[in-house]
Amino acid sequence: MIREGFRSIKIHGFMSFASVTIITACLIIMGSIFLLSLNIDALIADLEQQNEVVAFVDESIVDEDEAKSLEGSILGISNIWAADFVSRDSAMDSFMSKYDDRLMEGIDSTVFRHRFVIHLTDISQMADTKAELEAIPGIAKVNAHIEYADRFVRVRNIVSVVSLILTVILVFVSFFIMSNTIKLTTYGRREEIAIMKMVGATNGFIRTPFIIEGLILGILGGLFGFLAVWGIYTLLNSSLLDTLTGSFLSLVPFRTIMFPLLGAYIGIGILIGVFGGVNAIRNYLKV
Amino acid sequence: MVQMTDVTKIYDSSSTVALDGINLTINEGEFVFLVGPSGSGKTTLMKLITGEVRATAGEIVVNDFDMIKIKRRKLPRVRRTLGVIFQDYRLIENMTVYDNVAFAMRVVGAKGKSIAKRVPYVLELVGLEGREKRFPNELSGGEQQRVAIARALVNNPRMIVADEPTGNLDPVRSLELMLLFEKINEMGTTILVVTHEKELVNAFSKRVITIDDGHVVSDDGDGYYSYELE
Repeated sequence: MIREGFRSIKIHGFMSFASVTIITACLIIMGSIFLLSLNIDALIADLEQQNEVVAFVDESIVDEDEAKSLEGSILGISNIWAADFVSRDSAMDSFMSKYDDRLMEGIDSTVFRHRFVIHLTDISQMADTKAELEAIPGIAKVNAHIEYADRFVRVRNIVSVVSLILTVILVFVSFFIMSNTIKLTTYGRREEIAIMKMVGATNGFIRTPFIIEGLILGILGGLFGFLAVWGIYTLLNSSLLDTLTGSFLSLVPFRTIMFPLLGAYIGIGILIGVFGGVNAIRNYLKV
Repeated sequence: MVQMTDVTKIYDSSSTVALDGINLTINEGEFVFLVGPSGSGKTTLMKLITGEVRATAGEIVVNDFDMIKIKRRKLPRVRRTLGVIFQDYRLIENMTVYDNVAFAMRVVGAKGKSIAKRVPYVLELVGLEGREKRFPNELSGGEQQRVAIARALVNNPRMIVADEPTGNLDPVRSLELMLLFEKINEMGTTILVVTHEKELVNAFSKRVITIDDGHVVSDDGDGYYSYELE
């Protein structure tokens, strides 16, 4: 049976080539959209992390160790990913480094408060987290740019929705193209199928080589698509590194998504190949 | 063996009455010509035998299978007892002569050993020894039809059904083909040949069934092409 599948691919060389090309092309387009939205998402996530929340410790707590001990309760809030303690002295140092020294004359660090610089896991929950922080005894005030956070969340949602819509449209388009290509490839084989039926072949016998053929073509298409996307991505990444933008904008490393992507590609390839094959010959089996 | 009792076939799509109250019996080992003008119902009658279409009413038994009650997925069993031959040969162009014949055996799940033994034997029987590695388009029409006959014979069918098998052949090749059918018939296989060709039918003294307008108009045991009625 497997030999029949391979033999059929060899005999119908051009059409096999066309099928693999179509699967590969569809997967490249799908992959590009996926990688684009993945990178936009990562970029936004990165920007989000830079949007920090500052929690000021009450002035009555002067002792540094006592102030530091609040860290435990802060990290107890589930949405908080990291909290860095900044003492009033280092707060003053960093303040002074930003402004003219003369402004600071006569000012000592007591006008500053101990503080925590906090990074959130999910900035869309910023308002709730702020309230939770404020409820901790010893925390006097919390500075959070909730309006920025909202804006980031909105952009992120738009990107996800748009890429989802594009992907869904593309999946439909690829299935349509694929199904028609396989129909074309099998059109020339109506005769062959009719002859098989005439000499008493069961539907299972006729279908199996088509399934195996679809399977092999699907795996090949998935593999080629993966390699092409890998190549394009690497090329893009290295050319981006050479430009100015590359210094503060970097792509998600391909390594981190390599295996899930390969799995998805081969899976989608097999799905398109096998279903396309079975669907395309369905009509010819009704004799 | 074919037995038809009051068989009627009306095509749903066009409500054309193709066959109307057909009664006929073809016994095991017979050689029968089925003749009639175009559109008389010859092809429909053949398709009823091979199970390509279903009768609207009546009873049909083909090689002990009840063609009215049979389930679609059991049709391959009937077809394995039949060898079907067409006017246009219906060979697979990108397979060699050998593979076109062997293919029919693979389809029914024959073992490699028996294929290797049976195919050369059948090709010799139809006079195609030495042509195994050729492709269909390298052969003459007569040779291609012999490949089709070899393919029909290779699974040892109880009956051969041939639809206008000589339609694309010159008179000499046609005669050779009929002689081949006669030889196969002498080996015990029932033969049903659908044809237009008067001379050919008259050259052999066989049973001739004539149908016209969906009815059997004559069934002559000692063959003469009687379709001069028109």
